[in-house]
Amino acid sequence: MSATPTDGVRLLQGNEACALGAFAAGCRFYAGYPITPSSEIGEWMARMLPRAGGTFIQMEDEIASLAAIIGASLGGAKAMTATSGPGFSLMQENLGFAVFTEIPCVVVNVMRGGPSTGLPTSPAQGDVMQARWGTHGDHPIVALAPASVAETYTETARAFALAERFRTPVIVLLDEVIGHMREAFAVPTDTPAEERRRPAGSRETYRPYAMDADVPPLADFGEGYRFHVTGLAHDERGYPTRDPGVVAGLHARLARKIEGNAAGIARCETWGLEDASVAVLAYGATARSARAAVRRARGAGIRAGLIRPVTLWPFPGEVVRRWAPRLAAIVVAEMNLGQIALEVERLVAGATRVVGCHQADGELMLPAPILEALRRAG
Amino acid sequence: MFDYTPYLRTSRFPHIWCTGCGNGIVTKALLRAVEHSGLDRDRVAVVSGIGCSGRLTVYVDFDTLHTTHGRALAFATGLKLARPELTVIVITGDGDGLAIGGNHLIHAARRNLDLTCILFNNQTYGMTGGQVAPTTAASRLTSTSPDGNIEPAFDACALAKVAGASFVARGSTYHATGLETLLAQGIAHAGFAFVEVLTDCPELFGRHNKLGDGGRMLLRQREVTVPEAKARRMAPEDLEGKTVIGILHREERAEFAGEYARLRARLTGRAAAS
Amino acid sequence: MQETARTKTPAIAVTDEWCKGCEICVLVCEERCLDMNARGTVDVVDAEACTRCMLCELYCPDFAITVQ
Repeated sequence: MSATPTDGVRLLQGNEACALGAFAAGCRFYAGYPITPSSEIGEWMARMLPRAGGTFIQMEDEIASLAAIIGASLGGAKAMTATSGPGFSLMQENLGFAVFTEIPCVVVNVMRGGPSTGLPTSPAQGDVMQARWGTHGDHPIVALAPASVAETYTETARAFALAERFRTPVIVLLDEVIGHMREAFAVPTDTPAEERRRPAGSRETYRPYAMDADVPPLADFGEGYRFHVTGLAHDERGYPTRDPGVVAGLHARLARKIEGNAAGIARCETWGLEDASVAVLAYGATARSARAAVRRARGAGIRAGLIRPVTLWPFPGEVVRRWAPRLAAIVVAEMNLGQIALEVERLVAGATRVVGCHQADGELMLPAPILEALRRAG
Repeated sequence: MFDYTPYLRTSRFPHIWCTGCGNGIVTKALLRAVEHSGLDRDRVAVVSGIGCSGRLTVYVDFDTLHTTHGRALAFATGLKLARPELTVIVITGDGDGLAIGGNHLIHAARRNLDLTCILFNNQTYGMTGGQVAPTTAASRLTSTSPDGNIEPAFDACALAKVAGASFVARGSTYHATGLETLLAQGIAHAGFAFVEVLTDCPELFGRHNKLGDGGRMLLRQREVTVPEAKARRMAPEDLEGKTVIGILHREERAEFAGEYARLRARLTGRAAAS
Repeated sequence: MQETARTKTPAIAVTDEWCKGCEICVLVCEERCLDMNARGTVDVVDAEACTRCMLCELYCPDFAITVQ
């Protein structure tokens, strides 16, 4: 099967679509470490990248993989790695490094049953809070949750656009079942490749962490800017500082960069909310079962709706806040023991009941338990 | 005189290193090596880890990257592969490079990617208060070996060599002129160059072990080191307690970025960039 | 005798703000050109005796002394 995107409909595996979407967005550097159920992404990259003048390297572990893509990104490359839970845990320190130093990159976590070695070949959504808070310290994060093979392609491509636009690592949270399933879709023929803003002026005037805009320009190493990048708290020049005013300002800008621009980052689909009395909130593979449950509920006379976050972080709180007061309940269906449910509870602040529909046994959540939860909640 | 100031971010001086710390001596040797190698300073990147040696990067006027503990070689690998035309120098310490970073050292050496890795060995973890390190000699006192170190010490150069480094050398701050030459040779070497530098921490290691101030510790290096050419002719019992300095291993071996470029060329049918 | 660069008294410059008073330069100077002062930094006390061996500049960890 040809590895290069073509016009027309193709039957693709989710992991393959992830690799192709990255490639379409201009990814030409991949460093990774094999781990079920993400390994196919690296395998596709190993074949595609050298043939396109890019670089693939299998590093010695996940920590080195994320480090390598950060280094490559500083050299100007669009770079990605992919892993699963255990590897994602290992990557947390360097993820914080990329967030704090504002270096664009894409980190795919094909989520599997956890914790620990867990269930390597079974779906779960247990890493969603880890994606938000896994690395230490206060920090914003961007995490996307595709729900189909087609969406894996487009959201992985969008991950690169967001990473470049906001000078941030972007996490793609892919459910195992989507990573390994095959679906047919029309592969987009035109994926815009977004470029980070690079400085226009001289070395003397360049401030890699300038405070005058949400996103400072990022020069490539080796272009004469001779600037410093450090994981220590830093000033506008990138030099370490302990000045409380400067540190507070840096944190404020980082938060503003993501949370303040959430409208341009967050993506959420809704269905049937205009006349809904009760809604399901679900993401990723669970959303597919939720969609079926909502249809069956409608068939049974329950005015059910669906809220499907496509970005998990920043969480599309505006959507939830807007609809919550009009609903008797929101059923949060997720393949974990209640993680996004906490965020929904926080956001609705009592404006409606938040009911959990949870499952963490390694099985894909089917429509039946969601339908049951809708019945009881309505 | 050698004017270091064109290579320094002078606004960051005086530097953070303690009175008598050898790290400044190594930094100067490195800058002289860069100058005398005729490198374009816009095409040099310095990547450091965490520890006292890791602080070097903010002081030198290149593209500099101060990374996470133990991972400098992995960051540098990505940068070098994305930009093979850059001269990438990696600064690490005995803990950063051999404890938490040991695995990355092994694999960087194995790949033989054209990096120059300089390991500052002062036998202690200075930044965190003087704890024991993988290179701390037996019986030495540190804050985590308060009753004398009972662990054996790594031979960093032996490790690098066995892992596949194609240029392995050891220098010392006392032999500062020789160190400059070793660093220049490492930079010039097309492959993974590993240079261990014996340096001193008078403030912590020196004080814990009553080794005197920076000057005393510096002069003591002359007593405990033996040049490689002389060591070859010495009996093993005479080398007991001595550390060999000089170029310990050198070979021409396929360099990783070049190999990958050849792979690309083969797959795309285009000639590899030289 | 013609004064050449060789015979001119060496210009030994100390950057006082950078000197941490480690005394390495004083220790290695065979000609005793340098000494510690009351501030705990280094003074050039006898530039005429300097032979330009460059050891002080070579070994100063603080980039604080140069010999012209």
